[in-house]
Amino acid sequence: MSASIGVIVFPGTNCEHDAVGAVDALGGEGRLIFHTDTSLGQLDGLILPGGFAHGDYLRPGAIARFSPIMEAVRTFAEAGGPVVGICNGFQVLCEAHLLPGALQKNRGLTFLCQPSELEVVSTSSVLTSSATVGQRLSVPINHFSGSYTCDLDTLRQLESQDRIMLRYVDNPNGSIDSIAGISNEAGNVVGLMPHPERAVSSLLGSEDGAVLLRSFLGAAAAATVG
Amino acid sequence: MRFLAHVDVRLRHGIADPEGATILRALPALGFTSVASVESGRSFRVELDAADLEAARSMAASLADRLLANPVIEESVIEVEPLG
Repeated sequence: MSASIGVIVFPGTNCEHDAVGAVDALGGEGRLIFHTDTSLGQLDGLILPGGFAHGDYLRPGAIARFSPIMEAVRTFAEAGGPVVGICNGFQVLCEAHLLPGALQKNRGLTFLCQPSELEVVSTSSVLTSSATVGQRLSVPINHFSGSYTCDLDTLRQLESQDRIMLRYVDNPNGSIDSIAGISNEAGNVVGLMPHPERAVSSLLGSEDGAVLLRSFLGAAAAATVG
Repeated sequence: MRFLAHVDVRLRHGIADPEGATILRALPALGFTSVASVESGRSFRVELDAADLEAARSMAASLADRLLANPVIEESVIEVEPLG
């Protein structure tokens, strides 16, 4: 059975159609959910896509966190539903405290839009379960505030609980410990700055994002939430 | 009663400050060669109604903590004054 994936649209989100397109291309069924909605309906998984929710005013994700739909997102996540935040979606998940830490402006204040080489660090999440530890993936990044930061206790916890999913091979933005993606303790909520939905076809320059989204669709199809 | 809250949001000690670092690097080109450090931050002026100064302080602290600052990386310094 194909997984039904909700893609949340905030004002200023701009990667929602890429996300739905990638989900559909990989055999899932993506549909858009507006930020003013208060329920998700019957869904197997959720994507918070990239963009500039609420113009990134104040801080990326700071306003989006209070959107009406976020209560339903929190309930879905806490019930074990698969959730992935990509780029701005990662920032929203951190601001909403569904993931620890924060995303700061890039080192050198440079907007980065380029391919990035990632290394799979852990496969214990809904986004990396079909990948292999040590696998190298070329997935594009496109962000100004992608420098992951957290306090040292949190970093030690992320390491000891195997929650660092992806690292940059060549740290482009100053992220602590070269972190590109992390998960929550249960592994069902993942945030990453790179855009796997933009790397699902050789026409786009890389198919390496497909293994990540296939993991996610598989986890969503197997999930019983929603 | 109406109050004016000055909320100064700054990065916690030890958190990287790429804006401050970039400004510090730019200053010598303008002839400011003796600047030792620059820290960036944001300041907000919030007008609010409250019963008294203490209630206004408490409201300002709460809204700073819940929205204006991200306590994971930032801290806020708040001063409140009555508005005539």
